[in-house]
Amino acid sequence: MAENSERLRRTMMFVPGNNPAMVKDAGIYGADSIMFDLEDAVSLAEKDAARVLVYEALQTQDYEGAELVVRVNGIDTPFYHDDVRAMVKAGIDVIRLPKVESAQMIKDLVKDVAAAETEFGREAGSTHVMAAIESAKGVLNAPAIAAASDRMIGVALSAEDYTTDMKTHRYPDGAELEFARNMVLHAARAAGIAAFDTVFTNMDDTEGFYRETRYIHQLGFDGKSLVNPRQIKMVNSVYEPTAKEIANARNVINAIAEAKLKGSGVISMNGQMVDRPVVLRAQRVMRLAKASHLVDEEGNDIEE
Amino acid sequence: MEIKQTALAGTLESSDIQIMLSKGTDGIKITLDSAVEKQFGDQIRDLITKTLQALDITAANVKAVDKGALDCVIKARTIAAAQRALGTTDQPAWEVF
Repeated sequence: MAENSERLRRTMMFVPGNNPAMVKDAGIYGADSIMFDLEDAVSLAEKDAARVLVYEALQTQDYEGAELVVRVNGIDTPFYHDDVRAMVKAGIDVIRLPKVESAQMIKDLVKDVAAAETEFGREAGSTHVMAAIESAKGVLNAPAIAAASDRMIGVALSAEDYTTDMKTHRYPDGAELEFARNMVLHAARAAGIAAFDTVFTNMDDTEGFYRETRYIHQLGFDGKSLVNPRQIKMVNSVYEPTAKEIANARNVINAIAEAKLKGSGVISMNGQMVDRPVVLRAQRVMRLAKASHLVDEEGNDIEE
Repeated sequence: MEIKQTALAGTLESSDIQIMLSKGTDGIKITLDSAVEKQFGDQIRDLITKTLQALDITAANVKAVDKGALDCVIKARTIAAAQRALGTTDQPAWEVF
């Protein structure tokens, strides 16, 4: 879990599961997480073909260290069980279950995942899961869903289905998503897992995309689901720490090192005690700075 | 295993390969259409044959139209076409995956 909660998940890129060109190239864009879709992006007649295509690609393709996620078909579909078995056998990092409305659905998924790990001789507990919240019921049950299993790594809000369920649609200002975003985010934080914001589908509205990304970054989301690789750089730029933030974080990190050297349990900086939240924030800023190639492994500035 | 019906998997889009399987009587016969036939023709035929054999298919006519597919795609489309032809898509052949 510790490794999980610290992992950067700024971008989760959707990749249609039955498209060989996109499946094979998914690793070249630098997404933190790649989500192969067996659900909505695949027609009913191609479910079997998409499943085996993603499976075979996972055996041979190099995805450059990205976290690999597969969105399986819903628990109530005839494809669900074989999707889960195939992806567990393939050694996927995370199975994303769509339309989650209760903690029980995650518990059922986890049971099926565990059975598949045994069936295919995979390490018990090696497959993680996450939930997509797509309805009013799902939003209201988000805290229980997020805490349903220690295999859970995150919850994602899926706004298209959610706004339909709420008898509205998406607006540029996102007011219709305010409650859902805060519920999903709080549920994730309370459970110590990641929170992913919904996709932004209007590729022509660059300004709107930046506005929404800055907003969810401000709220505290780990990142955003994306449908287009072009959006990866845009999200990363919003999450990139400023030079001032990096300098400040570096001072905190140095103060920790100094305190360790002195054998002191109390960390002080400029004569003031440094609280744990400040330390955690500084560590996150340095992780983001490293991911943005602003500092090297030791935390030193990389010259432009 | 005997082929029950003619079946197709894959598309004609770039990086894909379309595989059509139908009943055959004289071993596995492959007609391949590929821009990289000269360099990779034998390798593609070999991979299709091996995948079909792993599924216990010993006789079939295969029509393959390659659009620059990687090995993993060729294998995946062959498995999908074969399981459709055998009528076993609801019982994935895990041992061949």
